[in-house]
Amino acid sequence: MIEATGLDKTFILHLQGSARLEVLRNACLTVSAGECVALSGPSGAGKTTLLRSLYGNYLVDRGEILVRHQDTMVDLVTAPAETIIDIRRATLGYVSQFLRAMPRVPVIDIVAETARDRGAAAATAREHAAAMLSHLGIAPRLHHLPPATFSGGEQQRVNLARSFVCPWPVLLLDEPTASLDAANRDIVVRLINAAKQSGSAVVGIFHDAAVRDRVADRVLHIDPVTTPELA
Amino acid sequence: MITLLEAHALHHRFGRTAALDDVSLTLRRHEILAIVGESGSGKTTLLNALSGRLTPQRGDILYDDGGGPRALASCGEVVLRKLQRARWGYIAQDPRSALRLDISAGGNIGERLMASGARHYGDIRAIATHWLEAVEIDPARLDDLPRYFSGGMLQRLQIAATLVTAPELVFMDEPTGGLDVSVQARILDLIRSLVRRLGLAVVLVTHDIGVARLLADRLIVMRHGRIVESGLTDQVLDDPHDEYTQLLVASVLPA
Repeated sequence: MIEATGLDKTFILHLQGSARLEVLRNACLTVSAGECVALSGPSGAGKTTLLRSLYGNYLVDRGEILVRHQDTMVDLVTAPAETIIDIRRATLGYVSQFLRAMPRVPVIDIVAETARDRGAAAATAREHAAAMLSHLGIAPRLHHLPPATFSGGEQQRVNLARSFVCPWPVLLLDEPTASLDAANRDIVVRLINAAKQSGSAVVGIFHDAAVRDRVADRVLHIDPVTTPELA
Repeated sequence: MITLLEAHALHHRFGRTAALDDVSLTLRRHEILAIVGESGSGKTTLLNALSGRLTPQRGDILYDDGGGPRALASCGEVVLRKLQRARWGYIAQDPRSALRLDISAGGNIGERLMASGARHYGDIRAIATHWLEAVEIDPARLDDLPRYFSGGMLQRLQIAATLVTAPELVFMDEPTGGLDVSVQARILDLIRSLVRRLGLAVVLVTHDIGVARLLADRLIVMRHGRIVESGLTDQVLDDPHDEYTQLLVASVLPA
């Protein structure tokens, strides 16, 4: 479903005297339908950089990221913006650690938007949104409030609902359970496993080893790029 | 044809200053494109050129009204005015410059409708009422003079008066500039939902990266009249490659 080969990514920080930060060198990853691959490695090894590159949020310097989108393999690295937007609407889901949403918009509409973007009618989209929010423990009385005043855990559950309200052929998860309690972690683990069963290819960063063991079929270890010292 | 608007190698100078220096871009149907940059970067000149308010000294702007791309420069004043009136909209930063403050809110909306051919008074009034509601202004204010409206209400009235003729392309110049932050959020939310519901294409000029992030599919960063970086909005803002874009992103206070 997603196949990345030979990814290089170096950040050039112009404001810090053009410092070069090489984060990915020849990174490769293949994930099939129904499979979950966990990215592991020390902090700063490039796990998040790889995940963001797989979403097209970071642009790699070299390599290929093929995503199966409506029966064709599309290379995200070279695809034009409108193709990436289309892939993100229908194929490639991403759950970030933090909720980023339009101010003032109630959570039910934030979550329903994912379904509406797939062509669902307004009422249907809201029904699905309400069901997924409730499933993730967001009480109906909160559905019509904007999430600005929600706790970190509640915001993360809104973020999860926003993705899990629709099925995704490829799903990228960045610490999806980081600020959740045990009961909600368990709900998320079951959602991930249900997504796998329905054919999603999942790539995730899971800090929590117990969560990782319950969802991941494979672990891809990422080592920090080492630059040989000049002799 | 999916491309709606296309600019090729635009050049324009004001005295010795290059306001547009080899600028090319394309805009697709239903696409929201933001142009960001500091004051003097040429972003407003670009918007004026694209919307036919300024003829660039060099370069071509092509618009496809369904019958194939046509150069604005060669279509003549009459056709250009017709495009501007019937198919395009323009939302200015200062609604006072675009609205008539001495005729009623409903009149401001109705005037645009009549300019595009509507004649029936009852219909016009009903449509004006509908649009006031769409921009969250109490329909009871239909006969009130906009001079007594707040800045946020005036901006919403301008949006209603622009969208009432069902344009396919809307140009926006700092639509939330000069408004209180709380009012800004409301206008942004309104613009976003209307743009999506109506399937509009938008060219948006803003110096506010947050506005661009919330509204735009694609982003162009301008400096000294040149495009220094462009691409998918979140990619340009989260992984800026150009030195100036990095400065622009780094200068934003965290929310």
